[in-house]
Amino acid sequence: MSRLDVEEERSRLSRAESREIRRRSRRLLGSLVAPVRWRLLGALAVIVMSTIAQVAGPAILAFGIDDGLPEFLAGRPGPVLLIAAAYLGTAVVGALGAAWFTMLAAQANQRMLYDLRRRMYLHAQRLSLEFHESYTSGRIIARQTSDLEAIRELLDGGLNGLVRGVLFMSFTGVALVALDPPSGLVLLGAMVPLVVLVRWFQVRSEVAFRDTRVFSARLIVHFVETMTGIRAVQAFRTEARGAQRFAEHVEGYRAATSRSIMLFGVLDPGLKLIGNLSVVAVLLIGALRVVDGGLEVGALLAVVLYTRRFFDPTAQMAGFYNAYQSASAALEKISGVLAQDLSVPDPTSPVGLAVPRGAVDFRAVRFAYRDDRVVLPEFDLRIPAGQTIALVGSTGAGKSTLAKLLARFYDPSTGRIELDGVDLRKLHPKDLRRAIVMVTQEAYLFSGTVGENIALGKPGATQEEIEAAARAVGAHEFILELPDGYATDVNKRGGRVSAGQRQLISFARAFLADPAVLILDEATASLDIPSERLVQRGLETLLADRTAIIIAHRLSTVAIAHRVLVMEHGRIVEDGPPAELIGGTGRFAKLHAAWRDSLV
Amino acid sequence: MTATTTPAEPAPRAGGTLRTLARLLPFLRPALPWLVLGMIATLGASAAALGIPLVLQALVDGALSTGDSGQILPAVLVVLGLGVVEAGLIAARRLLTIGPSTRTESAIRTAFYRKLQDLPVAFHDRWQSGQLLSRVVGDIGLIRRWLAFGVLYLIVNVLTILGGFAVLLAWNWILGLAFLLCSIPMWIYGFRFEKTYHVIARRAQDQQGDLATAVEESVHGIRVLKAFGRGAHSLDNFSRQAKELFGTELAKARADGTIWFMLLFIPDVAFAVCLVTGVALAAGGLLTVGELVAFFATATVLRGPVESIGFLLSMTLDTRSATERLFEIFDAENPVADPAEPKRIDDPRGRLEFRGARFRYQDAPAGTRDLLDGIDLVLEPGETLALVGLTGSGKTTLTALVPRLYDVTGGEVLLDGVDLRDLPRSDLRRHVGMAFEEATLFSDTVRANVLLGRPDLDDDPAEAERVLRESLDIAQAAFVDDLPLGVDTLIGEEGLSLSGGQRQRLALARAIAARPSVLVLDDPLSALDVDTEARVEEGLRRVLSTTTALVVAHRPSTVALADRVALLERGRITALGPHSELLATSAHYRHVISSLDDEREVSA
Repeated sequence: MSRLDVEEERSRLSRAESREIRRRSRRLLGSLVAPVRWRLLGALAVIVMSTIAQVAGPAILAFGIDDGLPEFLAGRPGPVLLIAAAYLGTAVVGALGAAWFTMLAAQANQRMLYDLRRRMYLHAQRLSLEFHESYTSGRIIARQTSDLEAIRELLDGGLNGLVRGVLFMSFTGVALVALDPPSGLVLLGAMVPLVVLVRWFQVRSEVAFRDTRVFSARLIVHFVETMTGIRAVQAFRTEARGAQRFAEHVEGYRAATSRSIMLFGVLDPGLKLIGNLSVVAVLLIGALRVVDGGLEVGALLAVVLYTRRFFDPTAQMAGFYNAYQSASAALEKISGVLAQDLSVPDPTSPVGLAVPRGAVDFRAVRFAYRDDRVVLPEFDLRIPAGQTIALVGSTGAGKSTLAKLLARFYDPSTGRIELDGVDLRKLHPKDLRRAIVMVTQEAYLFSGTVGENIALGKPGATQEEIEAAARAVGAHEFILELPDGYATDVNKRGGRVSAGQRQLISFARAFLADPAVLILDEATASLDIPSERLVQRGLETLLADRTAIIIAHRLSTVAIAHRVLVMEHGRIVEDGPPAELIGGTGRFAKLHAAWRDSLV
Repeated sequence: MTATTTPAEPAPRAGGTLRTLARLLPFLRPALPWLVLGMIATLGASAAALGIPLVLQALVDGALSTGDSGQILPAVLVVLGLGVVEAGLIAARRLLTIGPSTRTESAIRTAFYRKLQDLPVAFHDRWQSGQLLSRVVGDIGLIRRWLAFGVLYLIVNVLTILGGFAVLLAWNWILGLAFLLCSIPMWIYGFRFEKTYHVIARRAQDQQGDLATAVEESVHGIRVLKAFGRGAHSLDNFSRQAKELFGTELAKARADGTIWFMLLFIPDVAFAVCLVTGVALAAGGLLTVGELVAFFATATVLRGPVESIGFLLSMTLDTRSATERLFEIFDAENPVADPAEPKRIDDPRGRLEFRGARFRYQDAPAGTRDLLDGIDLVLEPGETLALVGLTGSGKTTLTALVPRLYDVTGGEVLLDGVDLRDLPRSDLRRHVGMAFEEATLFSDTVRANVLLGRPDLDDDPAEAERVLRESLDIAQAAFVDDLPLGVDTLIGEEGLSLSGGQRQRLALARAIAARPSVLVLDDPLSALDVDTEARVEEGLRRVLSTTTALVVAHRPSTVALADRVALLERGRITALGPHSELLATSAHYRHVISSLDDEREVSA
């Protein structure tokens, strides 16, 4: 496993690690906030205004009772009406502000989420296959789904709660102190246990929430694996064991969730208790002063109401903390993926290659996987433009690695690979992908129509171009037989296609892309013989002007190759025109004889 | 690609929120008493909170107006008591509901998973796993939060509000009525809100599911996207979908904003009206100052619950659509179910018979031919039959009928004379072993993957080791010994990744290890090189001499394993016999299987 997955699997990290991770996710957060900062500031201004208006309410009420009532008794209803109108005014400002803030904040938050979604998606696309293989698809999916969901929850509900809460508490506090300083002192005293309690919670919950994310990721990985492998699950009756294992993950997740909820079970009532005790203290002191004549009854009402309201948002803020903890755990992981260096980085000053000819040069290429397994020890190969190469050799000889290096799925450990004299690492990614296309045995179809799947080879291709490509590989006939022809949705209504048909579609895709260098890695393996024959004929016309590397176990392809390379343990052991090698006594002659025997 | 849609569109509002949520009851039963206790605790806490203003009123009208400081302390002590009780009861609610609510969540989650595992492959063909994933994570989590918090507070707050109003009315019916009347528009709006918000919430959830699907496809199809350099292109599509969600979320925020406005503004209007009325009443001597103070104190306590109604209501509606989405799966009928009166085959011989077997997808458009158009075929015990045909002729579908991954839509398939549909699925699948063209390995050790079909060997390590070795040997999978931990190496999604040929050999070893009486192999050697293929075939011959086998073949070399060959053409068997005979008599067979025929025959 890579360093990143190890880091993610642990919920207890060293101090330095934690600090670095927090710094990393703060940086990410900062970069997300930057584009929407004005909108956020606007939202903040609106909510400040709205909160002031809301906080002013009780004071105006108190004023109404203490000053309005005597005036009213004296037969002057004017002041009371005026006070009521003022109260209504604060109500309008308060309510309108709250509504406006909700919308402004949503705009900013959704923009940030949209931004983060895109960034994650793009970065996941750019990370190397090596990363994907070790990090696993389940995890990378979890990062982009459940982790983003956690952040959405924070922004959606939690953050609004925090802003409202903090403002509400500070303004209420200020209003209270202004109205009655002794009560303010009580509040100040209450802050001590409040801070202690929140701090305790903070420390404990950090671990608890990280746990929750770890368990939820495991659950997702298992779930996705079962659903994508459902045929094998059912055919081998593994439902019971799968369910048992899933239940274990679910229980792990449940236990972790319970632990974190438990912390709230202490925090929530703790905050309430502190709040209520403060009310008692304020009431006691206030009531004694009313008896002494030091305080008006209306003012006592306002002071008690303020104290009570001061602690109202604490529950909301605990809710925020809930969302915040899981979101920041999620953000830590997302930032980890985003901080992952591209092991196949884009060039800093890319070299363009407008009209590639297709000359390929492997120069002293050495390749070893991360675990130091050497696949290509020292490799030199020169392929002139337009040459068709057949690459043969037993499983594990390094054929696919060579293909992946040429397609720049990996970079060589040492040495370099050149296309038309340009190092692949310096080539503009667009030009590289335009020039070199690889088709593998795994023909993946995306949701959408058959036509769209072919058009993936050349975005914006016309229907004619798509059909021409399908004809060239012999896919046209079967596509026409599908319920909606090229418009058949591959997920729906009879659009299910067999493995061989998928392979033909992915061929058409490659043909449409029209690259200067075409790599076929076992691409014909799942085709039946007539389809392979069709493809073969298409291949001859298609390969006429381009460089091609064909890896195939079936040697039928060899006939159209100019040159055959036999690989063993990462080295080329035979190299020559097919006719010459077949006529000889080497390894290829033997392979070829065996293959011919297998045909009848 | 294009925006994906959920198979099931939002259901029409036939059920109503309550009836939909009531469907959760079966899962809730064990938790219900605890949740009710939790609710009682919450209600108690609310009552305590409401009690505080009452004491305040007594204090203002009593001690403060008379100046009797001796009454202050007892009153304050009562407030203290109420405050402590409130906090205690809030703690009690948490403690009472943590276990039951999370256990309910777990129960729903495991039941959901079981249901999905049980549903036939045809179901999974239709549903994208992103939609399933968003249900198992998001929707079920929401239900738990609603149970532990949402529904409790919704009920308790409504009761608190009712109780509060009762207190207000009791104090002074004019003032109480004024407050009540002013609040009415809020309730009306709240109910209207339900209608619009539900639709938006459901749309947002579905769009999130679509996004999850897009993410999954981009990860699983990463090799294709990379090979064609289409990362940016697919990002555009993804962005478009994300933008749609963005729009929906903003619509949701507008709805949220409006309800916030109503919830804040309307009570304030009521307050202002009550202030004027209250002062007038007090001036008229119909109300004491203490009562006026207590009135506002009570009304203030009520504001919290009133404000929370909007949030709780939308949470409830979200939960309703989450429940709907779950029950779309729970309600899915399973046409490939276990028989009511199962038959058993105690001593399977492995005679497999297709009798007029037909198959078409449930949702196939009318007017198209059946995928399998009346298959009559008998495999005698021990016989190996190769299935040959063009891509799309129905070979894979035919093999999938044998372990009942799909059921016939006409005719029948019999094992030892028993209709497959009369056998319990687990029995049938024990008799039938399968290797797919696309070898699926699970995140587990090599050993566990190979012995997947043999849970009976769990208690017999020696025999398990022997079967493992033998199967690996036949499938030419000795490469596993070169893996870091040999057969205990973790492979699959979370472990070491293997090449296509290696995966195929392990899948084959798995099918062999299962020791089935019928072995179904769907082109199991396609990714092997010629040398390895020849060696695997050598080993397979031994197994096949005693096992009934149905083998999909694309190559003459695979056909050579079979006693007879069936040629499948557009869902029908058009030729049946030994390889040499078909080569001599069937032009179509030569076309399909022989790569040595010349161009003239190809066009025939």
